[in-house]
This record gives sequence, C-alpha cells and structure tokens, in this order.
Amino acid sequence: MIHRVLKQKRAAGSNEPEKISFAGKKFRFSDWFAERLIKVVAFMSIAIVALIFIFVFRETFPVFRMDAVRTVESANLVPERYGEEAVNPGNSIASSTEIPASRSDIKVSKPSSTLLSTDWMPVSDNPRYGLIPLFFGTLKVTIIALLFAAPIAILAAIYTSMFAKPRIREIIKPAIELLAGFPSVVIGFFALMVLATVFQDIFGYASRLNAFVGGFAMSLAAIPVIYTITEDALTAVPKTYIEASLGLGASRRQTAFQVVLPAAAPGIFAAVILGLGRIFGETMIALMATGNAALTSMNPFESVRTLSATIGAEMAEVVFGDTHYSVLFLIGSLLFIFTFALNAISEFYIKNLVIRKYQSKK
Amino acid sequence: MNRNRKDIIIESLTGISVLLIIFIIISILAITIKGGWPNLSWKFLVEFPKDGMTKGGIFPAIVGTALMTLIMTIAAVPFGVTTAIYLSEYAKENSVFAKTIRFAVKTLAVVPSIIFGLFGLGFFIGFIGQNMDKIFNGGVLKWGQPSILWASLTMALLTLPVVIVSVEEAIRTIPVEMREASLALGATKWQTIRRVVLPGSLTGILTGTILAISRGAGEVAPILFTGAAYYLADLPHSLSDQFMSLGYHIYIMSTQSANVDATLPIQFATTLVLLLLTFSLNAIAVILRYRIRKKAK
Repeated sequence: MIHRVLKQKRAAGSNEPEKISFAGKKFRFSDWFAERLIKVVAFMSIAIVALIFIFVFRETFPVFRMDAVRTVESANLVPERYGEEAVNPGNSIASSTEIPASRSDIKVSKPSSTLLSTDWMPVSDNPRYGLIPLFFGTLKVTIIALLFAAPIAILAAIYTSMFAKPRIREIIKPAIELLAGFPSVVIGFFALMVLATVFQDIFGYASRLNAFVGGFAMSLAAIPVIYTITEDALTAVPKTYIEASLGLGASRRQTAFQVVLPAAAPGIFAAVILGLGRIFGETMIALMATGNAALTSMNPFESVRTLSATIGAEMAEVVFGDTHYSVLFLIGSLLFIFTFALNAISEFYIKNLVIRKYQSKK
Repeated sequence: MNRNRKDIIIESLTGISVLLIIFIIISILAITIKGGWPNLSWKFLVEFPKDGMTKGGIFPAIVGTALMTLIMTIAAVPFGVTTAIYLSEYAKENSVFAKTIRFAVKTLAVVPSIIFGLFGLGFFIGFIGQNMDKIFNGGVLKWGQPSILWASLTMALLTLPVVIVSVEEAIRTIPVEMREASLALGATKWQTIRRVVLPGSLTGILTGTILAISRGAGEVAPILFTGAAYYLADLPHSLSDQFMSLGYHIYIMSTQSANVDATLPIQFATTLVLLLLTFSLNAIAVILRYRIRKKAK
C-alpha cells in the first residue's frame, strides 16, 4: 500500500501536499457504506420507541374528542343492579320501588368524564369507563406481590452471595434463573389449577381467584428479576469492605446486614423497581388468577381486575375505533408512561447514587 | 440472645428463602409433569384437535408457534446484531446518539408485553396493514387484520433487546489485541468486523437467538389480538392467515373451556410441552453463555 502511495506522489510530479489515502477507493466505499448502514439500523431502536409512543397515544385521542352525549330514551334505561334483589313475583320490574323517581337523572355521559368514576362497565347501555377500580386492583396485586417477592428474593440473594460455598452458589444461581425462564402462562396456569385450591383450603375464602392468589403468582414472576440484580449488586460491593468488617471482629451475618446490604442499597432499590415494573405490566398471570372482576375493596381475598388484564381480556372483542377501543388504548398509554418513568428514574437517579457513593470512597 | 444464636437464626432464614424458591420451582415442574406426562405421546404432538378441542392433539399449535418464532427470528436477529455491532464497535462512549440508543433498548426491555400488542394493533394492523389493503387490494380486508405476519413482527420488537444484549456481551469478549492485530495487518474497520469480530461472536449471536426464541414461544400477551386464534380448522397457508399458538391455547383452554374434565389432561400436556420447549432452549443458551465466559477468561 505504501508503494501505491509513493507511486501516486511520483506520478503527480509536484511537491504539493496531496491527500494521501491509505486504502484503495473500493474498500473505502464499503467501509463508509457499512458504517452508515449500521448507524441507520441502530437508530431504528430509537425510532421504534418513538413509534410506539406515537401510535399508542394516537388511538387515545377519540376519548377526549368524543363529546357526543348519546341520548337514550330515559324510559328504556334501567340501571344495573347486582346482588340480592327481591323481585316480587307478579310485579314487573318497572313497578319495583328501586327505580329512582326522576328518570331524567339517568343519562348517558361523556366518556372522558366517567374516567374517574368507580364503575368499569364498558359494555352496557350506559357505558362507564371508570379507571379507579382497575388502578385499585393493580395496586392491590402489586403490593401483595412485592410483599412476597422482595424479602424472599433479597434474603436468597444475601445467602447466595455471602453465606453459600462457591460450589453451591454455582448451582443455586442458575437454578433460580431457571424460574425466570418459565413463561408467565405456565405460572398463571399453575396458580389457576393448584395455588387457588391450596390457598382456598388454607384460608377458606369465597372467591377462588382473587388478588391474593394473583399477587402470590406474580411474585413468582418477579423473584428471579429481583434476585439476579440484588445478587449482582451484593457481589459488586468491594471485598475490602467485607474484609475490614470481619477484621474488626464482626460476624458474617453482621457484615452482611450492616455493611454489605447498605453498600449495595442503590442496586437493591433498582432491583425492586425493576420487579415492580415487571409486576405492573404482567398480563397473563392477572388474566388467569385474579378473578377479573372490577371490584374496589380492601379485602385481599376478593377478585380484582388489573389494568393490563383489562386490555388483554377486552381488546379482542371491541369494535375497531369505537370508544371502548380508545379507552383501552388510554389504559395502555398510562401503563407505558408509568413503566417509562420508572425506568428513567432508575436509570438516572440510581446511577447518580452509585456514582456518588463510590466516587467519595478513596 | 447471644450473637452466635442470632447469626444462626438469621443465616438459616436466608437459606430457607433459597429453599423456598427452589421448592416452588420443583413443585411447578412436578405438578406439570404429573398431570401432563400420561397424555404426552407422539400422537398428541402430530394430531389435530378433535371434537371441539376435547380430544386429539396440538399439532397446529406447535406448527403455529414454530412458524411464528421463525419469522420473528428472521426479523429480529439481523437488526439486533447490527445494533449490537454499532454499540460495541462504532459508538463513542459519551456521544448523545449512543446514550440515546442504549436508553431506547433499555426502554424496550421494560415495556410491558401487552403494550407491544397494542402497538401491533395500532401500527402494523391499523396503519400499515390497512394502507396495504388500500394500495394493493383496493380496500378488500386482507392485511388490515390479525395475522401471523403482524404477530411475528410484534414479537420481534419484544425480543430485540434480548438479542442486542447477548450479542453485545459476546462481542465484548473478543480481545482488543485481535482487533488491533487485524488493523495492523492493514484491514479496514469494516473488514475487521466482518472477518474477525462477527465470526468470533457467533456463539453469542446463537445464544441471543435461542433466548429470543424461548421468550417468543412463551409470551402470549402480544399475540392475544394480533394474530393468535383458538379454533382454526387448518394450518396457516399464507402470511395473512391467523395461527394457533401453544401459550394462547393453554390460556384459552384453561379459562374458557366448556368441558373442563375432558380438556384438563390436554391443558396439562400442552403446558408440559411448552415448559419442556422453553426449558431446553434456555438450558442450551445457558451452556453456550458459560462457554463464552470461559473463553473470555
């Protein structure tokens, strides 16, 4: 190649500083082209996230634009009632005393105004899209799931990184990561078939599928996530901390809980956040094990409906483009915003915590 | 309570947590095997379902899952590998572009799977599919509805981060000296990538592909309304047909089956098939990854 350059210079025959190329033109083009192409393809991942943003949000606009108040003949509108209802034989429903006196109170309302109500009843003459029971259900299941998953996963991680012999660690770590490989349908199936009956025998409640069963099953899905990241955070703590603590006479257990655990706190926090995100968006387990009834109650043994389960259950049956369809997309947008924010917080805030922590140590 | 006793109690507590997790894993495996093994037979795997899903086999579900993951892999792996090459070879560590891409990949990794389903419905089916129908079919509904093509592409987006992370990890294990040697011999950057980096990270690409396939076969939420169906008389003949899937089959059968006594054994057997499938794929990937890490040491 140097010969080619020298020949070029000689052929040019002048002393002007020519631009020297150390490669033939043919190679340079494919290099340039490859680099451009690779950059474009890499950019697609940003484009995909942007597209998801755009197209999921796009379908929610009709909810807010729709101010058509569907006027239905009030005489034909009968409010739904569930539960005990004594219908006297011989009397028609119309004459029962449960119908409010003023029929004009019952009117169909604007979809966006029902979003904050406590009724999720999208399929009725008077559709109400109250999101509150769905949020409540999601919250219930998430809290129950984290209450089980976080302690168990963190304790297991402490054992694996601090107390276990290296050979046992080699077995435990992959074994628990095996749980991560179970599809959520399988965990949901297990909860539906086995856990529901087992817990009903232990606790004796009425609804076989409820927030407790669903929450417990979701914790099974979150445990591997929290475990893996916590274990990584714990093993990342500098060995000098551990050695110093043991050197001062602390026991293994004291070192683990009073030195290593606080040092790995940002990582453990990130792990729990990630587990939280996983639980929040989990659909199949919710569909199969939570009972799918949009109830708002403090009792953990009552059926609930989560946000993602609502989308999963009802999307297949909505008319493309109508109000119900748009409200389901609205729920999806809220889920997306929430997980996006969770991820952003854990990325920037946690990173800063970790950097500050280790920068200040000499 | 003296310190030694406290130590023993608390250390045992952490050990019990580990045992608890392992106990749950074994229970799930044991119950699935106990319920499904008696019904698992070669016939079960190659027959079509009969009598309204109460008898017969799950052949179309297996074929559907296989086809879907095949299309998904063809779509996802080239993209994933290219992005991983960019992140490990071309990206300058502090550039805004590189940081944004990493953030985008991380975002894709944590987005709930059902959101991908919504995206598939709103973008692939609602935008691309319907416009394709307008342009090519004169308005006749063919692409603007759930089909195996859109479901596979939706899954490809879901599994993209998995591929990227695995491949990037494998590329990073190639020692800098090899790259420098190649450049010193006069090869260009692209030649180095093509002839040194890519062949060296083939195991990592394989690992990423296998993990993606395992994830794709197991996830149900994205295909709930982008292409999966329960009662299909025939195998999908074209990209615009719907398909049956193992995970979707388990879901529908266990929650909406009319005759639970008859379908229960089939449910367990199908779950066992799915579990064995994802299990073996994950096991292969773990072994491959172990080999990569050993090579790096």
